[in-house]
Amino acid sequence: MIEIDNLCKSFTLHNQGAATIEVMQNANLSVRAGECVGLIGASGAGKSTLMRMVWGNYLATSGHIRVGGLDVARAEPRQIIALRRETLGYVSQFLRVVPRVATLDVVAEPLLALGVETATARARAASLLTRLNIPKRLWPLSPTTFSGGEQQRVNIARGFAHAYPALLLDEPTASLDAGNREVVLDLIEEAKARGAAILGIFHDEAARARVCDRLVDVRDFAVQAA
Amino acid sequence: MNALSQHRPLLSVQHLGKHYGPRIGCTEISFDLYPGEVMGIVGESGSGKSTLLSCMAGHLVPDAGRVVFDTALGPRDTVQMSEAERRRMARTDWAFVHQNPRDGLRMGVSAGGNVGERLMAIGARHYGAIRATAADWLGRVEIAADRIDDAPRAFSGGMQQRLQIARNLVTAPRLVFMDEPTGGLDVSVQARLLDLLRGLVRQMGLSAIIVTHDLAVVRLLADRLMVMKDGRVVETGLTDQVLDDPQHAYTQLLVSSVLQV
Amino acid sequence: MTDQAYNFAYLDEQTKRMIRRAILKGVAVPGYQVPFASREMPMPYGWGTGGVQLTAACLTPDDRLKVIDQGADDTTNAVSIRKFFQRVAGVAVTEATTEATLIQTRHRIPDTPLRVGQILVYQVPIPEPLRFLEPREAETRKMHELEDYGLMHVKLYEDIARHGQIATAYAYPVKVEGRYVMDPSPIPKFDNPKLSGSPALQLFGAGREQRIYALPPFTHVVSLDFEDHPFVASKADHACDLCAATDSYLDEVIIDDDGGRMFVCSDTDYCGGRRAAGYVGRLGGQA
Repeated sequence: MIEIDNLCKSFTLHNQGAATIEVMQNANLSVRAGECVGLIGASGAGKSTLMRMVWGNYLATSGHIRVGGLDVARAEPRQIIALRRETLGYVSQFLRVVPRVATLDVVAEPLLALGVETATARARAASLLTRLNIPKRLWPLSPTTFSGGEQQRVNIARGFAHAYPALLLDEPTASLDAGNREVVLDLIEEAKARGAAILGIFHDEAARARVCDRLVDVRDFAVQAA
Repeated sequence: MNALSQHRPLLSVQHLGKHYGPRIGCTEISFDLYPGEVMGIVGESGSGKSTLLSCMAGHLVPDAGRVVFDTALGPRDTVQMSEAERRRMARTDWAFVHQNPRDGLRMGVSAGGNVGERLMAIGARHYGAIRATAADWLGRVEIAADRIDDAPRAFSGGMQQRLQIARNLVTAPRLVFMDEPTGGLDVSVQARLLDLLRGLVRQMGLSAIIVTHDLAVVRLLADRLMVMKDGRVVETGLTDQVLDDPQHAYTQLLVSSVLQV
Repeated sequence: MTDQAYNFAYLDEQTKRMIRRAILKGVAVPGYQVPFASREMPMPYGWGTGGVQLTAACLTPDDRLKVIDQGADDTTNAVSIRKFFQRVAGVAVTEATTEATLIQTRHRIPDTPLRVGQILVYQVPIPEPLRFLEPREAETRKMHELEDYGLMHVKLYEDIARHGQIATAYAYPVKVEGRYVMDPSPIPKFDNPKLSGSPALQLFGAGREQRIYALPPFTHVVSLDFEDHPFVASKADHACDLCAATDSYLDEVIIDDDGGRMFVCSDTDYCGGRRAAGYVGRLGGQA
């Protein structure tokens, strides 16, 4: 489902003397449907960079990233938009939403974008928020005012609203209490069971052991010192 | 809006250029906009983004290039259209939201009359139906029904801008041009307007081109981004990709110059 | 007797030819406002300088001229203009609508039906029907060019929104032959139906605004309206107190300090004709 071939990434900082920073070389990785692959490596080793490249957020310098048949490294913006709408989900560590939109609608939005009936989308959002223990009185409020843990759970609910065939998870269990952590791990296992290909970063080793089928160390993709 | 039926661009801009004497307004601008897409154009004052918008919307005559719109009768170059055809399109398929509501509203005409004008311009002749549609649209842009007979000069800036949006969208256009739609509004009012615009874009399957210098606005509204400098496009791409991993020196400068709050 | 110090009908022949060309263009494009080089006339703007120039350009020595102001032949404006043309053209004058070959009018169409061969000249203060909604002349011309007339209905919409009905009672906008929207000059909307299909040639002149427009005989003219608020040619709901006419446009006249009032035909010739024929209204015996 997710195929990464000879992927390289460098940043050129034009305003700092055109310094070029090579961050990744010849990354190779694949995630099959129903499989969960965990990325490991020290902070700054390039886990998030790799995830962002798969998401289309960072531009690949060379190589291929195929998600559901589309090469994200070469795709047109509109193809990536369609991919994100239909195929690829992403739970990031940060919630980025328009202020003033109700939590329920924030979670329902991925479904609404797919043309799902408003009532159906809201019902799905409500069931996820209930499972993730977001009190009902918070649903009509904007999540921008929530605590870190609440925002994280809203973000997860949003990421799992649509049954994406491929999912990117960036620290989904960070800053969650035991109960909610359990709910999130259940959601991940359910997604695997329905055939989703998952690529994730888990600092929580127990969680990693439970859901990941394989681990990939991104230090293997590090640029070899000359 | 589903992606399947959208293989043909709604708007195709090809090698568009406009000079003011020897000075470049904008030059060699080419891009395709597909149905349902929202594209942001950013750049500093004088970068040519407003000139480009005016050329695309037919307010300025470009001196080079084509602006091909997928009309009901198939793709047509709007630059070559007669003024009458272009105006007909401007009040049916197109909409233009000005930065200053005063430029886009009739300040002496009631809110209902402002919204109804486009309907009447395309032949609506039933007062009751026009008024009902106007009332519905005021509701959609969150203006109280009892303000329908008030003139916009009695409205706040945010209300005026929302009224301008209602006036433009009442005929269900397919393409909306917006020139700094949130400029001059308080931050809290901006957020409300952005939320409203996002909802309308999704519900109506609108395509939009938004010119702004506010990167936060494009991050929330635009799928794609085009960065302009000195009348030329220096970078294009997915909005979050251009903002998070800018490739061009100017874009890097632009992104790094935004104050964080 | 003609005052020999002046050319026939005051204007020089070149000017009259220029105006006639504008008239011909107006006739050829009914409802279209033709610009013309309006001359200074020996009367102030607002007194009918546009109409007077049209009359001067159309008059022949054989014509019989009638001039009315709000339907009356005996008001200052009408008397002045009639005397003016008697002096500078020496033409015959009349107060009878049926006898006149050329009628210059301010704010009315005679109630007596017009006939083929007559010319009705209107004095027009503001020829542009879109003016009060769109102040830019270049823009209103463009709107006429492109038939971009949504704005005209906005005005009527505003009327209904504010007053519950179309409150425009005079200078009620019309569409000519399905093309140009036209201001019929400040005639009461009661007169609007008479614009359409009239056997007479109707000419409109605005001196200050330098515009001439025309309705050739039997032109189709429609008053703008909404399906659910149709045009109604309204008048005071009375019969004439002098001649008992129920089909004429009426003026309301206060007749004493106790609020007493009467309604009389605004068209003095029409009223007089009926009374001469023996019709008597409520107060007709006393008058």
